[in-house]
Amino acid sequence: MRQMRPRLPHAVIRSKVYPPALLAAAPAGFRSSPSRFKEFPDLIYTLQVAPEDCTGCGLCVEACPAKNKRAAGRKAINMVEQAPLREVERSSWEFFLTLPETPRAGLHLGSIKNSQLLLPLFEFSGACAGCGETPYIKLVTQLFGDRTIIANATGCSSIYGGNLPTTPYTVDAAGRGPAWSNSLFEDNAEFGLGMRLAVDKQNEQARELLLRHATTLGADLVDAILNAPQHDDAAIDAQRLRVAELKARIAATAPHNGTRVELGYLASLADALVRKSVWIIGGDGWAYDIGFGGLDHVLASGRNVNVLVLDTEVYSNTGGQSSKATPLGAVAKFAARGKATPKKDLGMLAMAYGNVYVARIAMGADDQQTLRAMLEAEAYDGPSLIIAYSHCIAHGIDMRKGLEQQKLAVQSGAWSLYRYNPQLALEGKAPFSIDSKPPSIPLEQYIYNEARYRMLAQSDAERAAQLLHQAQDAVAQRRQALEALAAQLNKGAL
Amino acid sequence: MNDLSTRYLGLTLKNPLVVSASPLSKRLDRVRKLEEAGASAIVLYSLFEEQIINESRALDHYLSHGTESYAEALSYYPDLPHYNLEPDVYLEHLQRVKAAVAIPVIGSLNGVSRGHWTEYAAKIAQAGADALELNLYYVPTDPDLDAFEIEQMYLDLVREVRAHVHIPLALKLSPFFSALPAMARQLVAAGADGLVLFNRFYQPDIDLEQLTVVPTAHLSRAEDLLLPLRWIAILSGRVATDYALTGGVHSAHDVLKAMMAGAKVTMLASELLAHGIGRLAAIEHDLREWMEQHEYESIAQMQGSMNQHAVAEPAAFERAHYLRALNTFDNRLL
Repeated sequence: MRQMRPRLPHAVIRSKVYPPALLAAAPAGFRSSPSRFKEFPDLIYTLQVAPEDCTGCGLCVEACPAKNKRAAGRKAINMVEQAPLREVERSSWEFFLTLPETPRAGLHLGSIKNSQLLLPLFEFSGACAGCGETPYIKLVTQLFGDRTIIANATGCSSIYGGNLPTTPYTVDAAGRGPAWSNSLFEDNAEFGLGMRLAVDKQNEQARELLLRHATTLGADLVDAILNAPQHDDAAIDAQRLRVAELKARIAATAPHNGTRVELGYLASLADALVRKSVWIIGGDGWAYDIGFGGLDHVLASGRNVNVLVLDTEVYSNTGGQSSKATPLGAVAKFAARGKATPKKDLGMLAMAYGNVYVARIAMGADDQQTLRAMLEAEAYDGPSLIIAYSHCIAHGIDMRKGLEQQKLAVQSGAWSLYRYNPQLALEGKAPFSIDSKPPSIPLEQYIYNEARYRMLAQSDAERAAQLLHQAQDAVAQRRQALEALAAQLNKGAL
Repeated sequence: MNDLSTRYLGLTLKNPLVVSASPLSKRLDRVRKLEEAGASAIVLYSLFEEQIINESRALDHYLSHGTESYAEALSYYPDLPHYNLEPDVYLEHLQRVKAAVAIPVIGSLNGVSRGHWTEYAAKIAQAGADALELNLYYVPTDPDLDAFEIEQMYLDLVREVRAHVHIPLALKLSPFFSALPAMARQLVAAGADGLVLFNRFYQPDIDLEQLTVVPTAHLSRAEDLLLPLRWIAILSGRVATDYALTGGVHSAHDVLKAMMAGAKVTMLASELLAHGIGRLAAIEHDLREWMEQHEYESIAQMQGSMNQHAVAEPAAFERAHYLRALNTFDNRLL
């Protein structure tokens, strides 16, 4: 396989690179090949499927770009009967799990290929087979690992995200994983802001205590902890080591005269000295509708939170009710004659603040842009909003074709890709980037693959034609508006 | 004034310029323009067997899959009282076209196997079609299925459709028969009132970058005329039925050749898609001009005048023609 894509929803396909010597213990049937990663020229590469956790959605086969040169119908990965392979693949999977994880430090995360070597800390969820939301969450956990703190709005992502007593969020070999909690539709953004404020307060208190006890703990260590840059995984790993050293010194310090309580308190807060990544996640029903007031409030706060909107353009979990994200002409409950008003432009509303990082992404159309947006959003020291096209069972599609639909959505101009990074503006660079080409296919070539649009065409052809006409016009207008905005925002950039 | 009228499938048409099944007939405004430009009849775009059989099943599948899977989402779509599936849309469109124009409208049904979908032949007739064109196309891939079985399948289908409809029935055929004259005779005996020669198909092509098979459709070219021209010339004197020539008709000269070979009408689409509906009027004008210059009184007068029975050298339409063509090239090379 040329490279593994991040688009797969259930984390049942993993890749690792490892020293060849480890193959000595591999069970019969375990497959490997020389690594093609230029960072790891002497290592061995394995792409392994977890045979008993595969949902059979087929998305991986559709997404796989590598075709057999002797029979193009076969790809590097193919759907076959599970039973004949189960035993061999089960032992291969178990062996694969014993192989060391790729070290995060030093790995260039801006490459799709590299990002898929990272351990996902979100796996085997109970989402629909072929879900369009879960690849985005999986990628967040791969990129930001156990530093991730998630506030999850009620909706599909809270159901498959916390189907108690089980959870798809997991831990690494050190027992560390993302922190996750779920709140209501109407207050999830505030819930996540609360997490941010709590982490910031803990960090602030820990820093105060460090300064107060610098002599006891060692001025060099305290100084190093307080001034650690933490801009990448290597620096963060170094800070983890310092924090571990700090805890060890606290444990070794003889208690006297009231310092015991304060140092004990510092030990409990010490982990907050490692940079955290706060993610506020939910669907369009939350972000566009019921939680919008709170979301707006949180974006306006200027605090460093990352909002990920899994936009299925409909209330999915409760059975396909229309939301303000539902596009013009799509049929949904409460919009049985096709939605007569356009989709709310949440991205533009957020961009109006000027200090909010905003990205519109669709992994199936451009996974590199998705990756870039996530890294930029997390790096931006302020509020970030990522709106992610998420194909859904409520679109009435063959879920194997979900990624193809994402591509068509972008090609038709129904879903434009862009990134607005206020940090670049501060640096005098062009902050706004339109990441998708001008529309190249008619809208109907995208929408009429989906039952949510077809059912209108087949129940009220005249109205469907009229709404299609309006929607097609709107595509051109939106593109013009985006280009005009880009010209305006990027004017005078270096 | 020359008489351009012709009789096809029992219909009297004002000229031999019929619009063949194509996207041109999907919009009502275009259909009106076709009539204004001089079309003598319109074959509506095709309704496919697969659409009739699969479409309701597919829509039902996508509207219902995932239902009852979560306690909070028993379904994902509103219940609508009525859906118009493509076959219904087709019938409604046919009715609208009939109401919009005075020229005959021919329905088009595309399929190969027997089954309940053939009931749509009757529905097309009930919707007001003046005739039905049945488009027979089967790609034989099974080595156990021999030619006799396939031909029987065609004949059974024609008999079944004939049993459903009383309007005239034309069969649009592919050129891929070992014994076309024998097949033509049997199809006419099974109930066909006319034969449309030949069908042009979407052909699969290979996308080298994606390593996928992609369907392609090219507009017909002038040289495509020669194949149906030969076969109409051969058949029109042997199997008595009405012939329509389709594929490669781009000019008045093409129409004239088709008539002389024995066709009752020509069918056009590519020329109109490429150069506009107005081409119909231009072709009709050229047709009249040529007839006047060459002192033909009517289309009927020339129909079949150059079929295989009427020409001085009947063998020219057979294998000898091919050899002579080769010789000609050889001479040129020398």
